[in-house]
Amino acid sequence: MARIRKRSIQLSKLCSFACCRSSSRDDHAEIGQKGYSRVVYCNEPDSQEQIRLRYRGNYVSTTKYTAVNFIPKSLFEQFRRVANIYFLVVACVSFSPLAPYSAPSIILPLVVVIGATMAKEGVEDWRRNLQDIEANNRKVEVYDKSSCSFRQTKWKDLRVGELVKVCKDEYFPADILLLSSSYEDGVCYVETMNLDGETNLKLKHALNVTYFRSSAESLKEFRAVIKCEDPNEHLYSFIGTLYSDCQQYSLSPQQILLRDSKLKNTEYIFGVVIFTGHDTKVMQNATDPPSKRTKIERRMDRIIYVLFSALILVSFIGSLFFGIETNNDLSGGNYTRWYLRPDKTTVFFDPRRPAVAAFLHCLTGLMLYGYLIPISLYVSIEICKVLQSIFINQDQAMYDEEMDRPAHARTSNLNEELGQVHTILSDKTGTLTCNSMEFVKCSIAGTLYGRGMTEVEIALARKRGEQLTEQAPIDASESKKSIKGFNFRDERIMDGKWVSEPQRDVIQRFFRVLATCHTAVPEVMGPDEIMYEAESPDEAAFVIAAREVGFEFFVRNPTSIKLRELDPTSGIRVDRVYELLHVLEFSSARKRMSVIVKNPENQLLLLVKGADSVIFERLSKEGRAYEEQTKEHIEKYSEAGLRTMAVAYRELDDDEYKTWEQEFLKAKTSVSADRDVLMDELAGQIERDLILLGATAVEDKLQKGVPDCIDKLARAGIGIWVLTGDKRGTAVNIGYACSLIRHGMKQIVITLELLEILALEKEGDKEAIAEASLKSIKLQIRKAKSQVTEESSTEFGLIIDGKSLTYAMDKNLVDSFMDLAMRCATVICCRSSPKQKAVITRLVKSVTGRTTLAIGDGANDVGMLQEADIGVGISGVEGMQAVMASDFAIAQFRFLERLLLVHGHWCYRRISMMICYFFYKNITFGFTLFWFEAYTSFSGQPAYNDWYMSCYNVFFTSLPVIALGVFDQDVSARLCLKHPLLYQEGVRNILFNWPRILGWMFNGLLSSIIIYFLTTNSITGPAFRKDGQVADYSVLGVTMYTCVVWTVNCQMALSINYFTWIQHLFIWGSIAFWYIFLVVYGSIPPTVSTTAYKVFVEACAPSILYWLTTLLVVIAALLPLLSYRAFQIRFRPMEHDRIQIQRRRPESTEYDATQRRLSESSEARTSSELPSEVRIRIDSLKASSKRKN
Amino acid sequence: MTDTDRGTQRDRDSAFYLFTQQNLPACKPVLTPEWVFMTFLFIGFIFIPVGLVTLRASHSVVEIVERYDIGCVPEPFRINKVSYIQDDSIPKNCSLSFKVPKYMKAPIYIYYQLDNYYQNHRRYVKSRSDKQLLHGQNQHGISSCQPVEVNNDRPIIPCGLIAWSLFNDTFTFIRNRAELKVNRKNIAWKSDREHKFGKNVYPFNFQNGTLIGGGKLNPRIPLSDQEDLIVWMRTSALPSFRKLYGRIEKDLDVDDVVVVHLMNNYNTYSFGGKKKLVLSTTSWLGGKNDFLGLAYVFIGSSSVTIAVVFTLLHLLSQRH
Repeated sequence: MARIRKRSIQLSKLCSFACCRSSSRDDHAEIGQKGYSRVVYCNEPDSQEQIRLRYRGNYVSTTKYTAVNFIPKSLFEQFRRVANIYFLVVACVSFSPLAPYSAPSIILPLVVVIGATMAKEGVEDWRRNLQDIEANNRKVEVYDKSSCSFRQTKWKDLRVGELVKVCKDEYFPADILLLSSSYEDGVCYVETMNLDGETNLKLKHALNVTYFRSSAESLKEFRAVIKCEDPNEHLYSFIGTLYSDCQQYSLSPQQILLRDSKLKNTEYIFGVVIFTGHDTKVMQNATDPPSKRTKIERRMDRIIYVLFSALILVSFIGSLFFGIETNNDLSGGNYTRWYLRPDKTTVFFDPRRPAVAAFLHCLTGLMLYGYLIPISLYVSIEICKVLQSIFINQDQAMYDEEMDRPAHARTSNLNEELGQVHTILSDKTGTLTCNSMEFVKCSIAGTLYGRGMTEVEIALARKRGEQLTEQAPIDASESKKSIKGFNFRDERIMDGKWVSEPQRDVIQRFFRVLATCHTAVPEVMGPDEIMYEAESPDEAAFVIAAREVGFEFFVRNPTSIKLRELDPTSGIRVDRVYELLHVLEFSSARKRMSVIVKNPENQLLLLVKGADSVIFERLSKEGRAYEEQTKEHIEKYSEAGLRTMAVAYRELDDDEYKTWEQEFLKAKTSVSADRDVLMDELAGQIERDLILLGATAVEDKLQKGVPDCIDKLARAGIGIWVLTGDKRGTAVNIGYACSLIRHGMKQIVITLELLEILALEKEGDKEAIAEASLKSIKLQIRKAKSQVTEESSTEFGLIIDGKSLTYAMDKNLVDSFMDLAMRCATVICCRSSPKQKAVITRLVKSVTGRTTLAIGDGANDVGMLQEADIGVGISGVEGMQAVMASDFAIAQFRFLERLLLVHGHWCYRRISMMICYFFYKNITFGFTLFWFEAYTSFSGQPAYNDWYMSCYNVFFTSLPVIALGVFDQDVSARLCLKHPLLYQEGVRNILFNWPRILGWMFNGLLSSIIIYFLTTNSITGPAFRKDGQVADYSVLGVTMYTCVVWTVNCQMALSINYFTWIQHLFIWGSIAFWYIFLVVYGSIPPTVSTTAYKVFVEACAPSILYWLTTLLVVIAALLPLLSYRAFQIRFRPMEHDRIQIQRRRPESTEYDATQRRLSESSEARTSSELPSEVRIRIDSLKASSKRKN
Repeated sequence: MTDTDRGTQRDRDSAFYLFTQQNLPACKPVLTPEWVFMTFLFIGFIFIPVGLVTLRASHSVVEIVERYDIGCVPEPFRINKVSYIQDDSIPKNCSLSFKVPKYMKAPIYIYYQLDNYYQNHRRYVKSRSDKQLLHGQNQHGISSCQPVEVNNDRPIIPCGLIAWSLFNDTFTFIRNRAELKVNRKNIAWKSDREHKFGKNVYPFNFQNGTLIGGGKLNPRIPLSDQEDLIVWMRTSALPSFRKLYGRIEKDLDVDDVVVVHLMNNYNTYSFGGKKKLVLSTTSWLGGKNDFLGLAYVFIGSSSVTIAVVFTLLHLLSQRH
């Protein structure tokens, strides 16, 4: 597509003023000093000087490891875990005679476990490496001086000082100084979404001295030296000077194009590379997100410590007895157990120094009973979590077709925390709503236009029980194709009919403001089809609305805006050019934006749109004609959940404008720190005496399925807080619309919009205001608390605004406020700032001590997402900033339901069961060793062959437990969603509380006792086969081990509820593998296999007693758990047991009746109160607060 | 689940899709009261009969146990048994006799039983060299044999505490004045004889030290044929154990009087161990062991009890 050069307009006098100053002052004085030492020889990357500086290349690596440091670094990471250190020490000591077993048998499992974890790390890092390779090998055009043309180079080969050409929609390969662009005035537009998540386009200007070099030939003679700051992480600052032709020119961020931002709306740019690779601002900014650990993991650590204490205790007991026995070997000068040669002994068994022997034996015991600590626990959990996240990522029910975005678990270590969420803190815009704004209504000259009904209105009407009157006439006009961002239906305005309205002048001006006062850029997609790229969806909605009404904005130049308007008198569409003089941009402090234009009639106009509060206080006396009605309308709109904006204008006279402009330009060119303040002040000077035109109302549609989702989450007993910047009315109504506030719920409002406070505010005494506010908030909180306590059966919704919140967060008040908030089912904080959001999140987290989940989509939610235990980002339209800061990313709010109730519940259950089971299996195994020990006079002889033991954790018991951790489902996904109450199991942590953990440990102890004593009594002593052979040490070892493997795997089979072929394969396969192992290992020559040689084939398999003992022991060891489960399920069922049984017996008498009652009541509760859930919540809260006290 | 509409029906039915959606066909057992009742009853019905059969087998075994460690010390030495046993000048022969209580069908297995003897002590268990036992002198790995690895700077074959403490009481059996032949072949594990103890390895420098532990070995017989040693070197699991001594391949009738002439050489007195002589027949299950049968019956009946109690409670609570 041939690009016509833009008309030559010297923009510099309008837009960019900071460029052309020959003297460097202020910050620029520091050039060449420390921290400002970078020198770039433009267009001379091969010069001696440049090469001597040795700046880094543009190769970028984001991997955690390199090929060289992978081994040492990842090993170091591994051994930061206490358990691993323990095993490492054990492995080292195992070479000494202290060790009860051979060194290789303890080193192998450690190597396997560490190897598996390192392999996982390696694979993850390899993926990052692939991304790096992709980025490093992207192509960019680099200037070749000899041929005066551009040639393609890979990004990684780019060097400092080279000239590059970047074309439209390409990413910048490095931090680049803009020299010139396809626009004659050297401007370009960039999108910085990858940097800061902002989707709006930013304007960049080239220096005066370079912008004319916009062809390849003109670059040939370009010589300059740039001296600038050293690499740093500040995205929005840059200090440097360009020296060219003996002149100095100051550089500012205005000329800097950052790596990973994208060129938009500009055909191409030329630039010189300043920072490359890791020196670029974006790479300097890359920091690791804060790592989060789950509550279960933290408790697991504590359990490990408990086990360590148990280990030490057991070793101590063992060594005590060992000391006594060893002491007895020497009695009255005679050696008793002569067969041990106590006369010629080592220090380990010396009866003359029993204390030393006992101490050394204690070390041996620590190694021997090390099987109490599950060596493979961490790696198994990690493997499970990675696989769980794959399932989350793969879930079709959380896949958004429209956006082609699946759910994405960005960290895998928080999966089970998803099942324990106690409070959700949610952003509103873009999270509960779509953030795709639709222009639905407007009020012009005090008249309401727009007949559509918003979702909130529908919800409110439904709440009042009104019949919804169908809007038949609107539907008729809806036959036209629907336009994104526009949902305005009014036959008085549409299709040019506004011409016949009485206030047509005002209407005309109103839409002109909408069509000109913005920063959107049109993109002509074809005839009659124009797309707008705008800073915010609101703005796009305004421009689209203006277009649909007949004020089509179609060209933007830096100096002018072109509209195609309907001429009211002639009725034909004419092109009008508005000369754009100034844009006073929007900021959250100003809450308004305005443009100064000169219309074709040479009138100077100031066009403003902004928040009603700001606009109304800047109206002139004459401009207040429609103030009353408009205010009323705005009130009405915000009640209907709409976002409103007031629209006004002002005619400027030339003199006033000129004097103002001079000052403004001066302010704009100043480089001092208070430049922004100065400019805001000046903008405020001209934005006064406005004439009100009307107000707009755009609807931010609720996302699909939000009310249902919130209802489900509430029924699951999760408290929901909405933190929004909206006005109270809007927030409350959105609350109704998405069933946050339900019928029958009482509202508690804490506000400072009280008469006495307002009166004080008029006086302006800040201290008095603060004091009175604090007092008032205190009173309101106390009142509300007593109300909540009195009516404990009703649900409450708390609504508080940002200003009140600052007072409620006061040190003295915060406890009582949080106490109140925790007792309410819903809390809505309106008008809260991003920082407040993060503070509230931290407070909720610390006060409740429970799991909090924050969900949001915008850059303003980042603090909140990072602060919360779990951050969920909505990968919506507001850029990727929130997603980058989140732990999980989903495309729609409604997927949260499935993420929590299904995946969260499953993962929580899986991980907690897995950990419990891990401890069970290791305690069972470890204690059989101990019991055997007791019969070897505590000498430290293991009951089993070394290699049986080392394979225990790695081969015979690992796969089933991983299958449990990855695949187990107590109830199906459908039932999880149908019975949200099931989620409370996670919130109340009943699957991983101490009684349960200790119960499993006790079960392990019991199993070990049963296994040891039944086996020894059955098999040792008399002959164990018909041929008269007796069972020796090796046969007992095999028999016991067989029983352990069977028992442990069958316990697993008993405790899972979900058998696919995978579970069958793993469980029965593990048992079968033990026999295979025995046969294979037993056929290795006896010098290697020692006691295992032919032990199965020759001794055990032919013995009927061996098989009968196995059966007896396994059933006996299973009986305790089986009977406990049987009685518990029947007489004290947990929620999942109930659901399982109900599923099993649909027509059963008793369960069904109770269940039906339960489910009926829960269904009836859709729109009413939820007593039982709430009571559970309150009870648990009370319990937790009591514990705190 | 409207989102699953993506993809064709075939895709959705594929095993891989079902796998990723965690929707594989699965069996989901639930412990309903019926199942509980059935399971426990089933266990009971299997275990009680098995237990009874096992008990019967155990009762069919005839076992004679004679303790002889005290009886074989002559009256005057009983105050200091240790000095008696350590005094080589005193003859150690002794005899005991017993009456066969029941008809014993051949083969009758002869065991010696030691109590309070820690063959499973770590120091003891480790003190052997499998390499040396199989390959003989030219192998070096005898450091594990401490503290009995060398004597006069020459390696001991077989080395180690276990071999050194070889049991050396001997028994001869006489019935009706005629000697009962005891078959002492094939009492060790076949794999031990063939693969663990070398055919060309002969005892060397054995029991030549100042302190002599247990029995001596004939240096002209290879280790693979020294079955007493092989049996002894299969260390026992627990401190009380029996080891096979030989077989009597003749039936013994009721009230047969058997006289045993034994050499009471082995010192168990210093650590208070007992020595017993055991004659036993075997059943299909092995020796006389009531424990297994009783355990089976106990587990079986308790599971029936649980089944009954559970059902009663279940019905009772249903009525309310």
